[in-house]
Amino acid sequence: MIIKEIQNMTLCALKQGMKDKDFTSLEITEVLLSRINGLGATLNAFITVTAEQAIKEAKDADKLIATGKDKPLLGLPIAHKDLFCTDGVLTSCASKMLHNFIPPYDASVVKNLKASGAIMLGKTNMDEFAMGSSNETSYYGPVKNPWNLDLSPGGSSGGSATAVAACLVPAATGTDTGGSIRQPAALTGITGIKPTYGRVSRFGMIAFASSLDQGGVFTRSVEDAALLLGEMAGFDENDSTSVDVPVPDYLGGINQPVKGLKIGLVRQHFDAGLDDDNAIAVKEALDVLKDQGAVIIDIDLPNIELSVPTYYVVASAECSSNLSRYDGVRFGYRAENYKDLNEFYCKTRGEGFGAEVKRRIMTGTYVLSAGYYDAYYLKAQKVRQLISQDFKKAFEKVDLIAGPTTPSPAFSLGAKMDDPIEMYLNDIYTIGANLAGLPGMSIPCGFVNGLPVGLQLVGKHFGEESLLQCGHHYQQATDWHLQIPEQFK
Amino acid sequence: MNSNWEIVIGLEIHAQLATKSKIFSGASTAYGGEPNTQACLVDLGYPGTLPVLNQQAIEMAIRFGLAVDAEISSRSVFARKNYFYPDLPKGYQISQLDLPIVVGGNMSILDGDGNEKIIGITRAHLEEDAGKSVHEGLDGLSGIDLNRAGTPLLEIVSEPEMSSAREAVAYMRKIHSIVRYLEISDGNMQEGSFRCDANVSIKRFDQKELGTRAELKNLNSFKFIEKAINHEVMRQIEIIEDGGEVKQETRLYDSDLDETRPMRSKEEANDYRYFPDPDLLPVIIDETYIAYIKKTLPELPNAKQQRFIETYNLKVSDAQILTTTKQLADFYEAVEKIANTESQISANWVIGDYTAALNRDDLEIKDAKLSAADLAGLLNKIADQTISGKIAKEVFEAMWDGEGSAEEIIESKGLVQITDDSEIETIIDQVIENNPSQLAEYLSGKDRLFGFFVGQVMKETKGKANPQKVNEILKNKLT
Amino acid sequence: MDIQDSEIKDVVDKLSRIVEFVDQLQAVSTEGTEPMAHPLEQGQRLRIDKVTEDNQREKIQLNANETNNGMYLVPKVID
Repeated sequence: MIIKEIQNMTLCALKQGMKDKDFTSLEITEVLLSRINGLGATLNAFITVTAEQAIKEAKDADKLIATGKDKPLLGLPIAHKDLFCTDGVLTSCASKMLHNFIPPYDASVVKNLKASGAIMLGKTNMDEFAMGSSNETSYYGPVKNPWNLDLSPGGSSGGSATAVAACLVPAATGTDTGGSIRQPAALTGITGIKPTYGRVSRFGMIAFASSLDQGGVFTRSVEDAALLLGEMAGFDENDSTSVDVPVPDYLGGINQPVKGLKIGLVRQHFDAGLDDDNAIAVKEALDVLKDQGAVIIDIDLPNIELSVPTYYVVASAECSSNLSRYDGVRFGYRAENYKDLNEFYCKTRGEGFGAEVKRRIMTGTYVLSAGYYDAYYLKAQKVRQLISQDFKKAFEKVDLIAGPTTPSPAFSLGAKMDDPIEMYLNDIYTIGANLAGLPGMSIPCGFVNGLPVGLQLVGKHFGEESLLQCGHHYQQATDWHLQIPEQFK
Repeated sequence: MNSNWEIVIGLEIHAQLATKSKIFSGASTAYGGEPNTQACLVDLGYPGTLPVLNQQAIEMAIRFGLAVDAEISSRSVFARKNYFYPDLPKGYQISQLDLPIVVGGNMSILDGDGNEKIIGITRAHLEEDAGKSVHEGLDGLSGIDLNRAGTPLLEIVSEPEMSSAREAVAYMRKIHSIVRYLEISDGNMQEGSFRCDANVSIKRFDQKELGTRAELKNLNSFKFIEKAINHEVMRQIEIIEDGGEVKQETRLYDSDLDETRPMRSKEEANDYRYFPDPDLLPVIIDETYIAYIKKTLPELPNAKQQRFIETYNLKVSDAQILTTTKQLADFYEAVEKIANTESQISANWVIGDYTAALNRDDLEIKDAKLSAADLAGLLNKIADQTISGKIAKEVFEAMWDGEGSAEEIIESKGLVQITDDSEIETIIDQVIENNPSQLAEYLSGKDRLFGFFVGQVMKETKGKANPQKVNEILKNKLT
Repeated sequence: MDIQDSEIKDVVDKLSRIVEFVDQLQAVSTEGTEPMAHPLEQGQRLRIDKVTEDNQREKIQLNANETNNGMYLVPKVID
């Protein structure tokens, strides 16, 4: 009974439980580790499980708790996407290129959460170098969606999403460049938040597309997201793109009423690309918010349809450069047979990277090359400005923008691997927020044929509080977020 | 040089900035460490690491820009220059392309005829240095040391406005002097903190377009640059006169063979796929900051030179030499202030004996045992007639070796000049008496024997007799 | 970066699709629009010039590929 309760509990509930001495951090950790051990192969959510280290940390946490000391996340277990550098622990980015990479330092996010008392249970599976929307490009094999093992959980943070949705861990970190937190959150029925660009430090977060990447979290409730985000966020002098703005008390301020909140509905979102059933679920969610006092206003984001091609030009350009450092000289995979320097580079990179990564590097190299730079990269940056301006204008009329997170529920593994464009179009609703650097969150809002559907909320720059408040109120009036897949109850 | 041809030279100078830490990380920039002991994770391009910009690098670049009358960009951007090479850990170099921090500017030099010529500066931008590779003794492999990776460089690009190797060297010397005056670089060419590439082309006098240019690399001394450029010009002239075409290529200068040869591995048309570095934000520099830095600029060589000419009444050439480095100029002024001699005398000693001794012993001013006050003290002993100029040179050498002050040495070696008239007269009488045949010859018309008598008096007095007095009294005696 | 012969057709096909897709960007007018390299509207922060990193070579090279006397080894680089 206790075991079943522990695995389903939110961070806030676990925290309270430890305070009330219902159980210890060690007990929680052991329950979850045993669960991960048992279900590991089925879901393939984890690349590395740090059992020994976790148990030691849990024991230490319990000692501290016994002395009456408190830290915001003391004794609470989480998992990290295998893209965050963890000192002494394999950080692979789900790539052969880094299959043997053990960083000598912790990412700032990892450091922050450790300092707040969190315990790391392991590193989660993902799309290789965060490039993908289905977690099928991983060197360690695809991750399964706990709602239906034949389906993809989404990507690139598929492992973290699945781990939380299947109750292997109450929360996990992720990264979102074009929707890699929000989309898997929607497809696995949990809460996922991507903060404002610059809110969370990127130091130690292995780069994919530098001007789009942001670290965030997967949780089972908006309350938990507020708790974790508060501990993750903050200025970091090691990251030039980190913003020096104080972190508000997200959890403390979460009960602000929603009455009068102006929520925008994007006309361009509700077109042929969106599954009818998804559209219905999203509209029903908006009705709930209306009942709570929110005002729904129609808005236009006229250039939003160009967000996917814009994203692909910008992201592949930046990633083609960011991945140049993987050459086998100082760390990582190194080819075995080569006759000279040129072959050394070509074989190491040709053998170390998977097909999708290579495709994006080639695309990126192409759009930056002489003669094409103006037509592609420069053009895309200008369109990015237009899209950003559209959002700015919209936010003069509304406080939040709401809509579907994905065009349809989870799709089959292997379904979209033939046509890269079809895969890219999965991100159609989420990409805009990355281009404009805005915070976005996905929360469960219903089911279609037994599969979860997500509602996306996008806020103004540094408007995470509004998102969390709105999401929290929705979760107090609904119970979609409390649903657990039958097989994993 | 063949007068049908015009030579066109542009120089690209890379000056390593003398910051304590690297341009984008906190690792040390000190020279000569064991391999990879000054290469932190950011310098090594480890996954997840990010660059943060060093304020001193910006300040030093601005100082340079102000010193050459250039425009300081209020908004400048760092861009990635993408290419693969083992000494470039990230696979790209962070540099500046479209919006460099310094734009325009100029430097005056003296051309072949001694007239002032203004050389335009196109731009100066900041970038990070790459690491070093070692090719010997590693069994057919190369070893990479990334200590140097991330050291800040200021790349200074001139307009192609120099018309001879000599002008190129003059320009380079001026820039070298400026960066040392500003204390933004130690300009040490042997250690690689001041490097020069030259773009050289030729064209016929009446030709409008510029000829194809070759880029000369590995020019690490003023002497080599002059030789390399001259050699390259001859090579190009030969090619064209034979009916051929000059290839646009990069050539290395080989100082042993005194020739240039094409570089083997670099591809010529390298597409660097420049784009603004997304890990860095645009550098915004406002007027107040620039004004603040302007106030901290030292007096620059040209202004100092002018002031020396006017204040100390020095010859142009002397003023030029004294202001080659700030250290020498400061030394001179310190001497001049204390010494009671004419400014020109102080200048002569500083330019002459003092500099010769520094060069002979390969010392920097700060390491020499003889201070400005010491030298001034010596000059004062000449001025007050305690010793003659000739004896002073002896005393100088003793002081240089650290034997004591001018006073002490004169005392201990008994070098005080003999100036007493009667004493000198006595000695002169003695000499005349001892040399009757020479006296007879002199009186019969051999005037140059005067010098013989002077020499004898000096010999008797071990050089200590005051030369003017000897001359005076001897003249009287011999008439 | 090597591409195997067997992969080439697939790569060309997929890349062509991608290029076709991003050509959509040409449809919109961007006259007078500044390119956006960053979602942030702030300038670069400057770091005080101080040495803050000490020698970590041993720790870093624990996990390194081939080294000799602290240097990283690669096939001979010809200049």
